[in-house]
Amino acid sequence: MVYLLVGAAGFLGASLRYCVGVFLFHESTVFPFATLTVNLLGSFLLAWLTTGLLIRFSLPSHIKTALGTGFVGSFTTFSTLSVETVNLFLHGKLVLAFLYIAASIFGGLWMSRLGFQVEKGEGTE
Amino acid sequence: MTVNHILIVGIGGFFGAMSRFWVSQVINKRIKAKVPIATLFINLLGSLLLGIMVGLGLNGNLFMLLGTGFMGAFTTFSTFKLEGIQLHLDRRKKAFFLYNFFGYGGGILLAFIGIELGLLLT
Repeated sequence: MVYLLVGAAGFLGASLRYCVGVFLFHESTVFPFATLTVNLLGSFLLAWLTTGLLIRFSLPSHIKTALGTGFVGSFTTFSTLSVETVNLFLHGKLVLAFLYIAASIFGGLWMSRLGFQVEKGEGTE
Repeated sequence: MTVNHILIVGIGGFFGAMSRFWVSQVINKRIKAKVPIATLFINLLGSLLLGIMVGLGLNGNLFMLLGTGFMGAFTTFSTFKLEGIQLHLDRRKKAFFLYNFFGYGGGILLAFIGIELGLLLT
């Protein structure tokens, strides 16, 4: 049962990721803005869901797993990030490749942390 | 046709998410590691496999199903970050560094190896 729910949520997460790529960004852009956007957004969302919403509202655990692991987990992606970085390197766009990695590492951590803090109502640590 | 594409990516995502859930359950049950090794393993494997698909030159609907849909949903960034920030907040600096080093370094290296492997096979 929980597997089917995770799968159904994964269906929605992956479809939405694809839509963000198609409707918000042009394919001609060299820098992978679409993946970066979904990944940063998803990092915030998962931290916020995990520490806040899912605790405050007493949802059944399989619904929580479907939302977090299934939906947000599939909305964000890591394999595409790896391949896009390699492609930037292979096309000689070294600066963009490093920018992409740095934005993913630090931007992602920052967004994840923001998700924690929003719920706790803390300004800074 | 865009609606078809969305459905194809979704179907891939359905199986990708289920597979990730299954693999992480299996790994977490058997291995008790100090770093969240399940997500790391999934992301590294997915980077290699997506690299192979790109190297092989998969395109169109097949790439949307297996690449964008399945591999995209099998691997995950949000959980990777959440686990990373938890290591950081627990002040486990060494584990935090290693987790990110092997995650990014390994992922990029394996995607490169995958692309080269795929190119060799075509």
